[in-house]
Amino acid sequence: MLALSPMLRLGRTLVAALALLLPGVALVPTARAELRLDLYKGNQQPLPIAVTTFTADNPQAAATGQSITSVISANLERSGLFRPLDPKTFLQTPEQLRASPLPRFADWRVIQAQALVTGTVSNLPDGRIRIEFRLFDVNAGQQMTGLAYNVQPDGWRRAAHIISDAIYKRITGEDGYFDTRVVYIAESGPATQRVKRLAIMDQDGENNRFLTDGRVLVLTPRFSPSTQEITYLSYFNNRPRVYLFNIDTGRQEVLGDFPGMTFAPRFSPDGNRVLMSLAQNGNTDIYSLDLRTRRQTRLTDNPSIDTAPSFSPDGSKITFESDRGGTQQIYTMNADGSDVKRITFDKGRYGTPVWSPRGDLIAFTRIFEGRFYIGVIRPDGTGERMLAEAFHAEGPTWAPNGRVLMYFKERPSGDGGRQRTAKLFSIDLTGFNERQVLTPTDASDPAWSPLIP
Amino acid sequence: MRTQIISLFAAALLVTACSSKPTETATNTGGGTATTATAPAKTGPVPGSAEDFVVNVGDRVFFGFDRFDLTPEATATLDRQAAWLKQYPQVTVSVEGHADERGTREYNLALGERRANAVKNYLTALGVEGARVEVISYGKEKPAVLGSNEAAWAQNRRGVTVIK
Repeated sequence: MLALSPMLRLGRTLVAALALLLPGVALVPTARAELRLDLYKGNQQPLPIAVTTFTADNPQAAATGQSITSVISANLERSGLFRPLDPKTFLQTPEQLRASPLPRFADWRVIQAQALVTGTVSNLPDGRIRIEFRLFDVNAGQQMTGLAYNVQPDGWRRAAHIISDAIYKRITGEDGYFDTRVVYIAESGPATQRVKRLAIMDQDGENNRFLTDGRVLVLTPRFSPSTQEITYLSYFNNRPRVYLFNIDTGRQEVLGDFPGMTFAPRFSPDGNRVLMSLAQNGNTDIYSLDLRTRRQTRLTDNPSIDTAPSFSPDGSKITFESDRGGTQQIYTMNADGSDVKRITFDKGRYGTPVWSPRGDLIAFTRIFEGRFYIGVIRPDGTGERMLAEAFHAEGPTWAPNGRVLMYFKERPSGDGGRQRTAKLFSIDLTGFNERQVLTPTDASDPAWSPLIP
Repeated sequence: MRTQIISLFAAALLVTACSSKPTETATNTGGGTATTATAPAKTGPVPGSAEDFVVNVGDRVFFGFDRFDLTPEATATLDRQAAWLKQYPQVTVSVEGHADERGTREYNLALGERRANAVKNYLTALGVEGARVEVISYGKEKPAVLGSNEAAWAQNRRGVTVIK
């Protein structure tokens, strides 16, 4: 049933012998301000960056270098923060860059590049490849960072994502999110007989794998902090229960021993617990299951629908949705279930709250006057704003740096609008740069992984 | 197993009836479901079969938007279901709770469970043994009707009693 690529099992050990590359010549420090992108400005212009082809001394390594360059360039472009320049405008060739210790900065200023990325790929005696890259501040005429990675030949793609994250972090001051994966539900078939499969892919849509075969309905997968496990809802044997799926081994197990349907699972930030809802006799409450002791703790006790729980990143609080006030709204409570506070009060219904990895915001789905919105609000209930709006948009998930959200949208399609199309989208926290995330099939219920350890 | 055999027998009867009296089936188009339209007027489903339940009792009730209380139409249907279930005490059922697509996934799973239990509670209050009635919620995962309009959504907000 499972066809896992070796990529899924590789941790950070893939990227061994991380080395800091110093500038090839001594640079005179300049007084000008360092190149910096401010993520908290609104719709600012993307930064022009020249990503040059990673060069090599043999054709195979050169092909790898070309692929690495493409992945880095695509990552930076998709972020909306960078504008990779057309290589046809470059005055200095990659070979010339390789031959000299420093770029001819004047050549890069002419084409108005503000940042420059160079790199090489070479073969190591043990069969691995060495990937080096340098990032330059063109106007200051300085190297900003330089790193080398020794990896197995098939590790080049991850190295490209890690390099993308290094560039992003050096220029924005914040962690990137390119070396991540997305687990989601792959959909196919007509709306009344939809086939749903658990699927996993890199954040850029590459390395897609289906983890289940579609015979059993599966929903709402969520990553563990280690990114090696997924918790999700499966209708195996027509008993909807929360399951744990180990990506390494393919092993699946029911979580907990509950007398009714369990659903809406989510890991605690330390990975030791899973929150979920139990529906029984027409009432839905929130429970916590300790994965080490298997002890089940009831956290809400209210004759209403309490569901979609999500921990704050420090594990001290939980946000969830409840209709205890008459309609579906978002609440927060302490991790032990005490001190319940409602935080949404505007018109419409609010659901699927998910706490930002930074802790500063809670993302949600809002339904108002027949339209669906993806929005964010501070945990104290202030600062609510909508980022995206559609006929149907649902289920936000955060990039690990808390700067980008992914969600799915459905729209009527085909058969006179009687069928459905479901696609994944991402959007910047500023509400700009909405992009479709390409998937091989229709897709829903995305969950973004943390940075791969 | 027993009900499966009955179903097969009923299907065989229908085929026989259709082949012997093709002209009669064409006249029976009284606005019913596909099942009633093809069923011959005189024979009909075998009493006690799943077909009998669907055609002569009604297997589903409908709910208002974001509601799980039973309408007068729903209780009338469930009165017939309870009477039928008491008449055939060997039959067990699964009540499926469903929601329309205009809600979030988790909420709709919980809402479907509420609706299925509203049906179960009504049936058991009328004397159907609780052990004979299972519940399962599908949320918005299994719409009965396609379409993005109130008429379609109204048919998808439903509780369906399925003979096991």
